[in-house]
Amino acid sequence: MAKYILKRILMMVLTVFIVTALTFVMMQWMPGSPFNNPKLSASQIAQLSKQYGLSKPIWQQFLNYLVNAAHFNFGTSYINTGQSVSLMISQRLPVSMELGIQALILGVPLGMYIGTYQAMRKNTARDYSLSIITLFFTALPDFLLGMLLMLFFAIDMPIFPITGWNSWMSSVLPTLALGMGVIAFVARFTRSQTLETLDSDQIQLAYAKGLDEGQVIMKHAVRNSLIPVLTLLGPLTAGLLTGSALIETIFSIPGIGNQFVSSISSKDYPVIMGTTIVYTILLQVMILLGDIATAIADPRIRLGGKD
Amino acid sequence: MTDKKLLEVKNLNLAFNPGNANEVKAIDNVSFDIYEGEVFGLVGESGSGKTTIGRTILKLYEPQSGEIHFEGKDVLKMKSVELRSFRKDAQMIFQDPQASLNGRMKVKDIIAEGIDIHHLAKNKEDRDNQVEHLLELVGLNKDHSSRYPYEFSGGQRQRIGIARALAVRPKFIIADEPISALDVSIQAQVVNLMKQLQKQEKLTYLFIAHDLSMVKYISDRIGVMHWGKILEIGTSDEVYGNPIHPYTKSLLSAIPIPDPQEELSRKPIEYDPTSETDGKKREMHEITPGHFVFSTDEEAAEFARG
Amino acid sequence: MAEKTFQVVGIESSSDNEKIQKPSLTFWQDAWRRLKLNKVAVVSMWFLIAISVFTIVMVPFLSQQQANKFNPNEIATYKDLPPKSGLPIPGWEGKHDGDDLYSDQNVPAGKNFILGTDDTGRSVAKRVIVGIRISLTIAIVASLGDLIIGVSFGVFSAWKGGWIDLILQRFIEILSSVPFIVIVTLFTLLLGAGIWSVIISLILTGWINMARQIRAQTLSVKEQDYVLAATVLGERPLKIAMKHIIPNISSTIIVQLMMTIPQAITSEAILSALGLGVQPPTSSLGSMINDARDEIQYYPYLVLIPGTFLVLISLAFYLFGDGLRDAFDPKSGDSGD
Ligand SMILES: Nc1ncnc2c1ncn2[C@@H]1O[C@H](COP(=O)(O)OP(=O)(O)O)[C@@H](O)[C@H]1O
Ligand SMILES: [Mg+2]
Repeated sequence: MAKYILKRILMMVLTVFIVTALTFVMMQWMPGSPFNNPKLSASQIAQLSKQYGLSKPIWQQFLNYLVNAAHFNFGTSYINTGQSVSLMISQRLPVSMELGIQALILGVPLGMYIGTYQAMRKNTARDYSLSIITLFFTALPDFLLGMLLMLFFAIDMPIFPITGWNSWMSSVLPTLALGMGVIAFVARFTRSQTLETLDSDQIQLAYAKGLDEGQVIMKHAVRNSLIPVLTLLGPLTAGLLTGSALIETIFSIPGIGNQFVSSISSKDYPVIMGTTIVYTILLQVMILLGDIATAIADPRIRLGGKD
Repeated sequence: MTDKKLLEVKNLNLAFNPGNANEVKAIDNVSFDIYEGEVFGLVGESGSGKTTIGRTILKLYEPQSGEIHFEGKDVLKMKSVELRSFRKDAQMIFQDPQASLNGRMKVKDIIAEGIDIHHLAKNKEDRDNQVEHLLELVGLNKDHSSRYPYEFSGGQRQRIGIARALAVRPKFIIADEPISALDVSIQAQVVNLMKQLQKQEKLTYLFIAHDLSMVKYISDRIGVMHWGKILEIGTSDEVYGNPIHPYTKSLLSAIPIPDPQEELSRKPIEYDPTSETDGKKREMHEITPGHFVFSTDEEAAEFARG
Repeated sequence: MAEKTFQVVGIESSSDNEKIQKPSLTFWQDAWRRLKLNKVAVVSMWFLIAISVFTIVMVPFLSQQQANKFNPNEIATYKDLPPKSGLPIPGWEGKHDGDDLYSDQNVPAGKNFILGTDDTGRSVAKRVIVGIRISLTIAIVASLGDLIIGVSFGVFSAWKGGWIDLILQRFIEILSSVPFIVIVTLFTLLLGAGIWSVIISLILTGWINMARQIRAQTLSVKEQDYVLAATVLGERPLKIAMKHIIPNISSTIIVQLMMTIPQAITSEAILSALGLGVQPPTSSLGSMINDARDEIQYYPYLVLIPGTFLVLISLAFYLFGDGLRDAFDPKSGDSGD
């Protein structure tokens, strides 16, 4: 177990290193990047040269860059002059995490429930309708759903506030906008997983032993599909990172996603590069947590020998 | 059958997943020769390593150690030109007629696959003629060459597989349980066909089966396999009529006898495999001329006394 | 050697030779028969065919430039007109809160915009048609890119096996653990926004799924006896892949393609929303939604119209893909035989 976790952490460090190297490449060659931006003031340039050692050979610059990144030092924002990027991120990160976790808490249990229900009622009218509904929410991008929810439930029927993140009410629509996709994703996955387990010898044996359907589903099917759902933690997080960036923009929520989108349009490179690395680390950690949870929940899975 | 050795297998060893917890020693120090023009039958229960031996000879698996010589050339070291001609000379017929034909190809393209690879046809017409000839050779209607495999029965599919192997005019064919997946009613026809083709085309066979009765009928010599080892080699009549190794005796005692009276009195002999795991050094000993048994020196002396 | 012929008791041995089983359906015919039983999938298929034919037929009549063009002098007349069908259908009469905007803005009589106009007076109908064309083109080209890379990579990795497979699998694992938003942001910033950089970004993130599926399928097909037979005949690996492996995993490839296209449509819209997508004045479904984002309160139809097409087209691909999967794999379907 310890060996497995160590191996995964090494992979993680490697991935973050690759992404960091990519952002460095971007900084080097992008017009308008911190290293070659003609619009910067003399003091800004002086500060950057000091931080990154721009007069030194390129490999030293890279080392410098790595050391800075490892200390979460991404310099200062172009737009909010003088603001430290890491401070900007750390202030906004909790809001984004709250939104993402709410969406997961809403989406994962409900998705599992719907998926299991569908599997138990395989090929009935209800199963078909639910399949079409979950497919509909798969086809509907989060941000479009967010705009529609805003239009219907904040503008046409002013039940919820249009924007902001300051009350329970203000978090309902953004959470729904993000969570519906999670429900659909988890439900579709759970349905096929459960059908597969229901087909397996183990389950057939349980039926043969005279357990009734409810017992079989509870004892075996749910347990057997719970474990695979843990492996969804990675892909779900990847989706939430993108989704939340757009949802935060639409609902003017002060999270890192919102800030990231505006930093892209304003070409605020230090913020882009800092957020990029933070996003990568976040996803890596979630994948690792998912794998560890899977390993704990299912001792049969041979650690390290996946696939 | 001549005295010339076509295939020599020496001290062949192969383990799957070597070094892992799930290591399987599929071939354990196996040696045997096959003479030109003979049919060598290889029998043993399922999982004894017959398929693995066949596939290793045809370079589909890489053994850990040992030698395989085909017409005196080292198969394991073959490259490019030599390998190419080996691929023409040695062919295989498979067990499962369902899995052995690519369902997305027409019968004529399946049969002509080897013709295309080795450029054996001068032109398209020649290719069609060869395919028609092969279809007739294996007893199929030549008008069926544009059909797809799923339109054929198991026995017919096996004939297509045989035609595909024959298309490159091989010298040596490994038939890996070619009839065990077929209906009993069809089995005899396919074996008869193979026997007839062997004479007609002067082929050498390694005929693999788990059933001694069918092997005896087609083979000149027989090797008996168990747990990755060959336990007994001899002429067909010797192994069948005068079995020496206890495992061979037990295999023979398990064959049903067609006469109901005799069948009633048939007593299966239990095989006790402890002798294979007692750790004593065993090798092939020639008990009577041409009849080899895997045994210790003492056991061999015992067997020789009869 | 015995010269007698082997006979099994009670069997006439000639029965097998000449007769051919009644021709059954080929794999494709069989799948088609099963697909036709799935009404939802058939409706989705016709919907997709109709949309594609319509957008292709419209190419000579409606260029991208025409959909982008507007007359600066006439903006006041034509801007922000609601949809007007010209028929007395409630809600489709060119009125906003009871006002007839067409007469308020002095639009020449008889000139109707069935899907309304945007803030520069351009016809939404024209822009949607061009938008669908561009979104579909991007999605299909990107998905074909996924297919080519994914199939080559997947087949190669599975065929080689051993340490090559191991390394390639690690590579995929690392790439797939970098967030989508990070990859597309870095690459679009590097390449500059535009249709091609959207396509490349989509391929960069999309091929992995295809490669995984294809690898798993190839692993099982490569153990099939007909592949061994081809090897024994001396067939070269590349030929084996083309002749034996790819035809036998084609159903997986097709299903996967049908599932990749709607994902690409969604991703294109996401890129637009991030400001990294197709740039104005070119319209795609995603960019139209994004452009109208701030006006959703006043002109909801500017979001609803492209949004509806986006969801319907994606949904149709998913439903059709699901139907195809069931048709190719009878075990998972319900049509008994
Ligand atoms: N590809 C493989 N990987 C691991 N083990 C295998 C493989 N192929 C065969 N084996 C194992 O090797 C042994 C011999 O198998 P095989 O040669 O197929 O036997 P036979 O043909 O006599 O039935 C069996 O225990 C089988 O499980
Ligand atoms: Mg076998």
